Amino acid sequence: MEPKPDRKSHNAVILAVNGPVVKIAGAYDLSMNELVVVGSEKLLGEVVSLYGEGATVQVFEDTTGLKPGAPVWGLGLPLFVELGPGMIGHIFDGTQRPLSVAKQETGSFIGRGRTLEALDRNRPWNFIPCVAAGEVVASGQVIGRVQETGHLVHPILVPPNLSGRIMEICTERLCTLEEPVARLADDRGKIQDLLLYHRWPVRRMRPCRERLAPDEPLFTGQRVVDFFFPLAKGGAAAIPGGFGTGKTITQHQLSKWADADIIVYIGCGERGNEMAGVLQDFPKLLDPRSGRPLIERTVLIANTSDMPVAAREASIYTGITIAEYYRDMGYHVALMADSTSRWAEALREISGRLEEMPAEEGFPAYLASRLAEFYERAGAVVTLGGVRGSVSVIGAVSPPGGDFSEPVTQHTKRFISTFWALDKDLASARYFPAINYLGSYSAYVDTVAGWWRQKGGIDWVDLRNRALSILKEDARLQNIVKLIGEDALPDDQKAIFYGARLIREDFLQQSAFDAIDTYAIAEKQVWMLQLILQFIDGMREAVSHRIPVYRAMRLPVIEELHRMKSTWRGDDPAPFDAIRERIEIGITGLLKNEG
Amino acid sequence: MPTQSGIEYIGLSRVQGPLVFVSGIRDVGFRELAEVVDASGRARLGRVLAISEDLAVVEVFEGTVGLSASRSIVRFLGRSFEYTVSGDDVLGRVFDGLGRPLDGGPLPMTGTSRDINGLPINPVARIYPRDFIQTGISAIDGMNALVRGQKLPIFSGSGLPHARLAAQIVRQARLPDGDEKFAVVFAAIGIKHEEARFFQKDFETTGSLKNVVMFLNLADDPAIVRLITPRIALTVAEHLAFEENMHVLVIMTDMTNYCEALREVATSKGEVPSRKGYPGYLYSDLASIFERAGRIIGARGSITQIPILIMPDDDITHPIPDLTGYITEGQIVLDRNLFQKGIYPPINILPSLSRLMSDGIGEGRTREDHQNLSSQLYALYAQSKRVETLAKVIGEEDLSVHDKRFLKFSVELESRFIRQGHHENRTIFETLDLGWKLATIFPEKDLIRVKPEQIRKYGIRKG
Repeated sequence: MEPKPDRKSHNAVILAVNGPVVKIAGAYDLSMNELVVVGSEKLLGEVVSLYGEGATVQVFEDTTGLKPGAPVWGLGLPLFVELGPGMIGHIFDGTQRPLSVAKQETGSFIGRGRTLEALDRNRPWNFIPCVAAGEVVASGQVIGRVQETGHLVHPILVPPNLSGRIMEICTERLCTLEEPVARLADDRGKIQDLLLYHRWPVRRMRPCRERLAPDEPLFTGQRVVDFFFPLAKGGAAAIPGGFGTGKTITQHQLSKWADADIIVYIGCGERGNEMAGVLQDFPKLLDPRSGRPLIERTVLIANTSDMPVAAREASIYTGITIAEYYRDMGYHVALMADSTSRWAEALREISGRLEEMPAEEGFPAYLASRLAEFYERAGAVVTLGGVRGSVSVIGAVSPPGGDFSEPVTQHTKRFISTFWALDKDLASARYFPAINYLGSYSAYVDTVAGWWRQKGGIDWVDLRNRALSILKEDARLQNIVKLIGEDALPDDQKAIFYGARLIREDFLQQSAFDAIDTYAIAEKQVWMLQLILQFIDGMREAVSHRIPVYRAMRLPVIEELHRMKSTWRGDDPAPFDAIRERIEIGITGLLKNEG
Repeated sequence: MPTQSGIEYIGLSRVQGPLVFVSGIRDVGFRELAEVVDASGRARLGRVLAISEDLAVVEVFEGTVGLSASRSIVRFLGRSFEYTVSGDDVLGRVFDGLGRPLDGGPLPMTGTSRDINGLPINPVARIYPRDFIQTGISAIDGMNALVRGQKLPIFSGSGLPHARLAAQIVRQARLPDGDEKFAVVFAAIGIKHEEARFFQKDFETTGSLKNVVMFLNLADDPAIVRLITPRIALTVAEHLAFEENMHVLVIMTDMTNYCEALREVATSKGEVPSRKGYPGYLYSDLASIFERAGRIIGARGSITQIPILIMPDDDITHPIPDLTGYITEGQIVLDRNLFQKGIYPPINILPSLSRLMSDGIGEGRTREDHQNLSSQLYALYAQSKRVETLAKVIGEEDLSVHDKRFLKFSVELESRFIRQGHHENRTIFETLDLGWKLATIFPEKDLIRVKPEQIRKYGIRKG
């Protein structure tokens, strides 16, 4: 990325500076979205519009001190990322500058005008080839592999736009990123070196062979998500919520426990301390499936709110391109973007400075199409190499005033299939996750039913529907209770009212801070809900025999229902069987006494 | 005034609101500092807001009143706004909103000049804040604990006692362990004289004035200066925290005035407004202030921010509190109803939040039951608010015994736990024990967020 002063467009100069937007003159040879280096400070920017001999550039760094007349160089390529081993466990800024390298170079504060290579050029990787010289390879085909982290194999792929015959390939050996591992004669006979990494423009989706319908849940260990509003691997979800409703905690929970192979976490315009928290926690927490530290499957992109706004706009593209790259190796990737509203605001800020005609609430008219482009990069696919992989996207949305009618939430809803609506009232009662079950939805219920059937041999859809119908009935009763108090309800309605409370407090509510409750395996989720429903059925039966509902609610087994979430991990069915028995005994006891 | 090197531009091509437009300029940089000298020879400080080939837009901090278009002279100073910091000799001093001495003392001259905009902290260099600060205020310590390096604003309304609360926090805030060096940086942003004087007096009477540095931009001072005041204050705070290894508490009041100054400049410049006329970059701009809290690796000090803002019309969804809440790590919300009930501090705990609480408390930090107890009190209080609504509809008489208990709990929590004296300093253990006393109004079966063994250990000590 070093500027080349001899390049043709060196006579371009700065004309005007307005925040991150810089107008330049003499831009004959620049093309749309080309990277440029601006001014004597050598700040990186991207061309966002062209007119006559002029161009407008958004600069990814603070523009203080830039002067009209200062030179501008075009780099001849669009904003790209470097894709290769060495990304997992690392943290990058919005334009993929490695932040730990930046710290070594400029200390605790982020300096300007640094061009840092994203991937470490000196680190050797043990390359193991898996094709031989003479073989014909297609785009996306695996030619070898390196071990990226303790448990993650990183296949080396032929880049998407390249194919041909392998002329030469090295034997197993240590090599760095710049050493060619193979030589390929492309379809036109041109010889190309294959390295351990390649570049890809962030604003272009990486190609795949075929897009598939998602059919497997992204299992998260979070009961309200898995059981009620599941997300499929390759699907897209949004979490909207006002401040303090727990978007970030939910995103963190999902990135900790989701059963994806790779997590890409984008802190987009959010707090620096949060990223520090992730950096502190993830090396210590273990992935429940592999037993390895979570950091060994995580790539972090941090463009905190005090970092330059144009780089924030770029950060989600940087993140999703990295996600697609791992997808192309046949991995299931989950991408968290916190928060897409900050990205949209970056878009609005740049658009405002470009003096574009605003649409709703000052956002540019292309907000919806940009959101669509982003969420459509989620998907389950057959890769060019012929294996299955997926990118699931979970975008947090921060609606102003918690009002979901604002443009970002509304447009996002059009392009996602799972919607987790966070609720201020629940959050202020410290009821977490504060996902409002009435306002949330998932279009993947039928998609993932098969998985649950295989997993637990149960009719998950039926269990889910029974629980939801109790909650819906309860919502209706709540309105009455608000007016006349719960005591005025007849006993059969009270049974619903109390039953819904059990589902809410003992099943849906889940503590991220409790060592056991923070993650619930599928079996535990099923058992818990079965027990609660069993109790509710028993209670309703008792009521139908004219036994006062309070007597059921006073059964000692209730205590155990309350505590089971934080007492057992679910790897052993015995405690649940024991509770089942006690519920039976309790209810039969009630019925007998009456009879 | 000594003549600056460089070119002087005579005449302004346009004056609009706080902005002046200077044409025919050469070699001027974005955000460069400028001096606009009026006909009487008085120089006013300004900053380049936007620049094109031959035109610079300059915001004049001290306003444009009395500027003549033809007789004004503009000098560009060839640098951005910088402030000189050195050692800890700013402590005990009082400056105006642009950092000029108000106490007759000298301007800090020797030392390092720092760009007041600061630089973003590399997230990799941050230490995640986990050290509990005891403020001695139950509604904060027990329910919304503050930790070192946090930014926790007070959302207030006009006439509510936010100043008293902030002063009490300054007086009482201590680490359980310690006597480390601490400092207070106080930035008054467009507040009234009497409020500034209240703080000054409070610092004096408690003898903490020698640890305080004040930057005062008062209500009748030039409005655009408000864009600078918090940044100078934070530049000084960064120096004290990260170079002098002090624990710095930054009080900035009132951020609403800051946002209004920002809006004034943006509209004068003709920018496309977003909500309520505030510029689309209000979030990023506020973030560039609030994100300057924290701790960094290699420095022993910390910056903890307590910004105060007045919610216009007590509306928490107004863009200023709304965007602030998205940036800060929680908020302490003051409530007019509690205030009218005579409860001090009138902290409404339900919408209040400390995002960093759960990592700063618990065993080895405060006490192992802290998290669960606070969550339990929240759940009970939220329910008791619902019962209160119900009681309004059907009358208290018709409530069940169970519900009546909620009413009692609500009253007790507000009048015994939340309410405390202006000088009452409760230890965290006193706060927690008081919380247990209130929670155990309820039978054990209703306390499902605390562990049974915790109830046995802490809950029975009634009376």
